Amino acid sequence: MIAIRAPYLEIAVLVLGMAILIFETFAAKIDKKIFAYAGIVGLAAVLIASFFLSPESSAHQTNGFWNFYTADPLSIFFKRFSLVTTIVVLVMMIDYAPVLRSVAGHASNLGEFFSLPLLTCAGLMYLVSAIDFIFIFVSLELVTISFFVLVSFPRRNPIALEAGVKYLILGALSTAFLVYGITWIFGVTGETNLERIAAAFSSGKIDNQAAMFGAVLVLVGLGFKIAAVPFQIWVPDVYQGAPTPVTAFLSVGSKAAGFVVLLRVLQPFLMLPNMQRLIVLIALLTVVYGNLAALPQNNLKRLLGYSSIAHAGYLLIGVACFDGRAVTFYLAAYLLMTLLSFAILIIVAQQTGEEISHFDGLAKRAPFLAFAMLVAMASLAGLPFTAGFFGKFFIFVSAVAQKQTALVAVGIVTVACGFYYYLKVVRAMYWQPSANNNAIAVSSLSRAVIILLIVATVWLGVYPQPILNALKH
Amino acid sequence: MLLFLVLCPLAAAILIIAGSPARLTALVAAISNLFVVLVILARFDRIAAGFQFVSSFLVSADWQIHFAFGVDGLSLLMLLLATIVTVAAVWFTGKIDKYERAFYACLLFISGGAIGAFASIDLFFFYAFHELALIPTFLLIGIWGTGNRSVAAWKITIYLTLGSFVLLIGLILLYQSVPATARTFDIRELQAAITSHPIAAPEQRHIYLLLLIGFGVLISLFPFHSWAPEAYASAPAPAAMLHAGVLKKFGLYGLLRLAIPMLPNGTHYWMYLLVILLLGNIIYIGLVTIAQKQLDWMLGYSSVMHMGYIFLGIASANILGTIGAAALIFAHGLSIALLFAVAGQIRNRTGTLQFDDLGGLAKVMPFAGLAFGFAVFATIGLPGFANFASEIMIFFGAIRNGWEMQRFHIFQIATVLALWGVVISTVYMLRAYRSTFMGTMNERWGKLVDLGAGLRIPVALLIAGLIWFGFFPQTLVRMVTPTFRTYFTATK
Repeated sequence: MIAIRAPYLEIAVLVLGMAILIFETFAAKIDKKIFAYAGIVGLAAVLIASFFLSPESSAHQTNGFWNFYTADPLSIFFKRFSLVTTIVVLVMMIDYAPVLRSVAGHASNLGEFFSLPLLTCAGLMYLVSAIDFIFIFVSLELVTISFFVLVSFPRRNPIALEAGVKYLILGALSTAFLVYGITWIFGVTGETNLERIAAAFSSGKIDNQAAMFGAVLVLVGLGFKIAAVPFQIWVPDVYQGAPTPVTAFLSVGSKAAGFVVLLRVLQPFLMLPNMQRLIVLIALLTVVYGNLAALPQNNLKRLLGYSSIAHAGYLLIGVACFDGRAVTFYLAAYLLMTLLSFAILIIVAQQTGEEISHFDGLAKRAPFLAFAMLVAMASLAGLPFTAGFFGKFFIFVSAVAQKQTALVAVGIVTVACGFYYYLKVVRAMYWQPSANNNAIAVSSLSRAVIILLIVATVWLGVYPQPILNALKH
Repeated sequence: MLLFLVLCPLAAAILIIAGSPARLTALVAAISNLFVVLVILARFDRIAAGFQFVSSFLVSADWQIHFAFGVDGLSLLMLLLATIVTVAAVWFTGKIDKYERAFYACLLFISGGAIGAFASIDLFFFYAFHELALIPTFLLIGIWGTGNRSVAAWKITIYLTLGSFVLLIGLILLYQSVPATARTFDIRELQAAITSHPIAAPEQRHIYLLLLIGFGVLISLFPFHSWAPEAYASAPAPAAMLHAGVLKKFGLYGLLRLAIPMLPNGTHYWMYLLVILLLGNIIYIGLVTIAQKQLDWMLGYSSVMHMGYIFLGIASANILGTIGAAALIFAHGLSIALLFAVAGQIRNRTGTLQFDDLGGLAKVMPFAGLAFGFAVFATIGLPGFANFASEIMIFFGAIRNGWEMQRFHIFQIATVLALWGVVISTVYMLRAYRSTFMGTMNERWGKLVDLGAGLRIPVALLIAGLIWFGFFPQTLVRMVTPTFRTYFTATK
């Protein structure tokens, strides 16, 4: 029996991704969906393996590889998080394949479409373990570059192409900010390891001004990744233009990794003055902008784009209150409900379209999908007995505990805004008469995934302890 | 038993969605719930204070959240109200044109939410269960409503969301107001912790204000009332019965359960504000009610107005006033449910509730007229009905406040004005009765049929409740007295 150690998980995912890519090159004739199934099975195996990790002894955590890489409960939790996200995204991609085929006209590159998420997943898994700026940068690039390709995958579609270009340019810009910030911090402290940076800060021998400048630059770079205002401008266009499964992946995987990095990076900078005030300000702007901009949207995909900005705002409230537990729970809830809504969107959009009006009368056409969407929207809005409520609840508890009155007041008003635009979808599904009455076919795999997501959403809405426990040593 | 009570409507709703016969399942669930409450009532120890029939499951050890249920006299009274009205509401649901299953499921979800909230002895689930009713209400008004249903549905949803999130912040503050080691969402332990470490006065004021606004929105306290008449006018009758009769009482129950015992200082501090606001309910809304030209709107406004009396009982913060408030919650819940039920039946038959179009309906619908008459007299507060007994207690409780001061205190003024409110409610209620059932009948209505024989059972159930507690208010008072006695002895 070999002891399974944390780094093996990423290696396994990388090998899987490479293997699929290579097979794809030499096997032109077979049905490409087989690669997606292989990916799902492989990732599921890695996911299961992650529950049998042998604990890392703390002795060798200070040298070599362990300078860069940590296997603490937070990172293990988010490794599983990335794996689950990628599995669900692959399921969505199988549903989405016909759309891609019709846009591209042929199916020759579907194999790449199925294998790239695996590489992204490996990047995400490295990212959540990274405790060194160099390693953060490298794994962030692994994630971002594979997303560049995925976003503009249907490259004959001008909207997707536009989305890809926007994402590429702004992504590159944000990377530049990040690297520049890292250089400043390195210049001030002479370190890239987060722990040693923290030690350097607390020694009091560093130039606070310069450190602050570097920290703000890093914050800008990460702000792009998590879509915080004022770095959110790319989000609606990219979310709308990208293939829907990729949008889901972007809004869950990329955002979660961004927040984990933010939590880790902020740890040392807490000593700097004004840092909390800055994050409070960004959080306020983000919740207000995300919710207000989502109000008038008629396209569901765009609506979800803006709502993801709004959720980034709530998460930032948690970050501003330095409550890692609340942020983590919120992200877990966010994963479930966002993936659920995107999964349904993909299925419904194939028959009618992505506008909210295309959901009219869905309760008649497909009661199951309508109910699933109802759960997703209730959870996104933050109704009790769904995971989304516990997420908001924990965030509000920590904001109240920190006496952040402004955050709490704005949070309440924006939550009410949120109810309006999420219930708009519910209204379309249940009140409005439908244009046609054709039933919508749902493959058994998607049905199983949707049911699992619903059950998990409700289960975490009643019993949140598993997630809270996962973060304990 | 309590677990069954809470889960039964929810399970029945899921069964209905899954395909079991809608009306039958809903009725069986509602009646068996009423039966369970009666069994609990029979086995309930009326002398002991404290919660009985407690069952508790730990949900989160980190946060001390329990999925916990228990009843004392006060919550048992609320459960009795909830189950009676649920039976009536389900019974009064007639033929539904579209999505019949969803209609019954929504009703049961509202009922389950209300029952869960009343039976919870955990702050978190107390709040969460109430929110369970939000989407069903939105759907009930939106899909099956009449009139300006879309506006009404949005208004009630957004209003109640805002209110309940303000409330949530208040509850979180309450949770955090005890020493960190004693923090728990369990109402019993929270109460004990607060009794041994009373909350500092300024903090109490903050929390009480948040609770007052949060609960106030849910109860339609004066400046926050505008969602209520429109929503009740548009909602299908069973939904209006459940919402106005039961769900709205959640806020009042919350004030009685949390604010009075845990925040005595805050209660005292904001008393004057509350008295002024509740006079807005009684006098201002009362006058607005008189001006209504449509039965459903009038009933909606009257339900807002009568909240003022209950608030008066709560504001007086003594044992007599609060018992009166609890009793009036129960009495008003039954009478308003009966009024909405009859109004809904009239609308089903005539398609209109304009006073100008109606009139003389007692000739063709004698039983409906009788039922409506009973409800009208109960609502006005005629002796012999539960409302009278409760309002008397509230008035005596309120006027006793500040009596020692040897001058006309705000409570005496408020009580006198509130007594005039009774006159106002007599005016609009009797006018409504006259223009609906008396006078000359429009020939169009010659062929209307009376309420069917089957519908007499729920009507009889509601009237029986009103009359029983009208003649024997002591049964009700004895039930809730131990709870309030502990509240007021603990805080003195």
